[in-house]
Amino acid sequence: MTEAGTFQTPSRSPFAGLMSGTAGPVIVVVAAIIAIWYLAAVLLNTPFQRDIYQRGGIENPPLAQLVADTLSQPRPVLPAPHQVAEEIWKTTAEKSITSKRSLVYHSGVTLSSTLLGFIIGTGLGIALAIGVVHSRVLDKSLMPWIISSQTIPILAIAPMIIVVLNAIGITGLLPKAMISTYLSFFPVTVGMVKGLRAPEAIQLDLMKTYSSSTAQTLWKLRLPSAMPYLFASMKVGVAASLVGAIVGELPTGAVAGLGARLLAGSYYGQTVQIWSALIVAAVLAAGLVSLIGLTERVVLQRMGMAR
Amino acid sequence: MSPVTRILSTLALVVALMGSMLTVVETPIMTLGLFALPVLLVGVLLSILVLAPYRTGLLSGARACAALTGVSLLMAAALLGTVSAYPAAASHGFWAYVLVAWAMAWLSVEELSGLTPQSPLGQRLVALAIPLAFGVWLLILWQLAVVGFGVPRVLLPAPSEIWLRLLSSPQILWEDFRQTFLKAVLIGYALGCGSGFLVAILVDRVPFLRRGLLPIGNLVSALPIIGVAPIMVMWFGFDWPSKAAVVVIMTFFPMLVNTVTGLAAADRIQHDLMHTYAANYLQTLLKMRLPMAMPFIFNALKINSTLALIGAIVAEFFGTPIVGMGFRISTEVGRMNVDMVWASIAVAALAGSLFYGLVTLIERVVTFWHPSVRG
Repeated sequence: MTEAGTFQTPSRSPFAGLMSGTAGPVIVVVAAIIAIWYLAAVLLNTPFQRDIYQRGGIENPPLAQLVADTLSQPRPVLPAPHQVAEEIWKTTAEKSITSKRSLVYHSGVTLSSTLLGFIIGTGLGIALAIGVVHSRVLDKSLMPWIISSQTIPILAIAPMIIVVLNAIGITGLLPKAMISTYLSFFPVTVGMVKGLRAPEAIQLDLMKTYSSSTAQTLWKLRLPSAMPYLFASMKVGVAASLVGAIVGELPTGAVAGLGARLLAGSYYGQTVQIWSALIVAAVLAAGLVSLIGLTERVVLQRMGMAR
Repeated sequence: MSPVTRILSTLALVVALMGSMLTVVETPIMTLGLFALPVLLVGVLLSILVLAPYRTGLLSGARACAALTGVSLLMAAALLGTVSAYPAAASHGFWAYVLVAWAMAWLSVEELSGLTPQSPLGQRLVALAIPLAFGVWLLILWQLAVVGFGVPRVLLPAPSEIWLRLLSSPQILWEDFRQTFLKAVLIGYALGCGSGFLVAILVDRVPFLRRGLLPIGNLVSALPIIGVAPIMVMWFGFDWPSKAAVVVIMTFFPMLVNTVTGLAAADRIQHDLMHTYAANYLQTLLKMRLPMAMPFIFNALKINSTLALIGAIVAEFFGTPIVGMGFRISTEVGRMNVDMVWASIAVAALAGSLFYGLVTLIERVVTFWHPSVRG
């Protein structure tokens, strides 16, 4: 799409090249967010710091000291970015991976149930989509329910699903993975139904003139042409799986995982711990999504479908 | 007749004929065959009477659909009656007849989806009846499985028990609904979507901000934002404002990203047309770009309608006053009152579906010009 900006004469400023792309603006916006974060941390932590001064008998501390103190409270209302970064560094690089205090260990627990749930969900989603595309009854009866299944706040039953499955004797990874499955199968189903129907009538007709069976049409025409849709919906699905795994860890009294860290942090008022778990979860989500994006690029290139 | 229909109808016919040799109900003190259960016997005989001509092709179309639906529902009623008279005693024959009833229901839907009524009303009724039949059969099979296998109530209550609980405690459920949905969800949804929309319009005016914020907004949409719930509970207290805050944060970014994308949807040629009309920024925005962005905005509104409910309920796990859907679910799980939990979930599901349906309805009215609405 052409934009008005492209018609302007290029300016002479050395920063012009940097600012016209995406990288420059993103860096500026991120810097602005961090600056706002620091400002908010100072403002939100000030009331508590004033209380401490009052109790300590310090009258009118200099502004520099107030700012420095608000940014180094042990349990701040809003921890400063450097405190969170320090906590993440301490709990990842400086702890051994097997330690219960290592965020790497907790991320690993969450990641394993995320991936298990995501794989099952993707498989289920593809299977459902194949069924829906080939059966008129499934298409008309199942599709509305698949869509409305997502209006059910399934995360709300996460605790119960886990309690129920524990009672039957299924423990460990699978109950949490079930929640991830439920959340991730939906985008895959919807995307794949669209993708499997993406071949045009003329291409389907060609397959018919080759007298190919339904299975051959599926394998040689429908599935390959559904690949871009599959990857797009897998990106949504993996992010949803991670949310499912984290929420699945909340109410079960789970002792390991990022969700358990969040809950423990909120019980004991350890805000720095909550924020560091959150940031790690965000990094994990971004990593998973970009991993799928990378796979997408490689696969589509090999298939000659890269745009 | 498709291969699936042929296989299913043959299978159902064979099973219905052979089923009489199996025991239907088996308790430690007695076993009952088909001939000891008159209502079920009538159902099975009628099934054979319908399935045989259907399989041979004598019965088809609307008449076959009506006959199959009627007999399958009769079978379902007979099976439900049997299983509630002899709970947890179902034997092989019983499950064989469940299979027959389910197969007939499938075949009836198969016939129904093949019907092409002339009137628009008829078409709409058919489009509505098929998913409805699926839902009804899901409930019937759930009830049959839970009562027939004698699944403990703590694991999974039967739909009938959940229904009784819904009827017997409307007061509690209404209070929860008001706390979670009418306060936290609706207020948070309005604030989150509204601020996302306004920020998007501001961002759209500054190309620099749009290039900088859009990738970040996309990234944030993929993040587990629900994790801010404990922080919000710490900041805004236990009552509904903290839940509304979670909802605001969860709904803000989808709205921002979608609106910004939607505002860029207009083509160069359309911009040029507005330019030749000497339209100023506000006129272009109101008369062309916002209407063109509506499909995107409604997409965000629909995504947000489910996100909002999830956000509010999950935020209640981190601390609430003693009312609210999330509170109800987490405490009643602890007290093993699973039917109450499911009643809460049913209310939440109903509220979520109605909310989503309402947004879809408004979308159809507002974006009547869009190809996906015109069909």
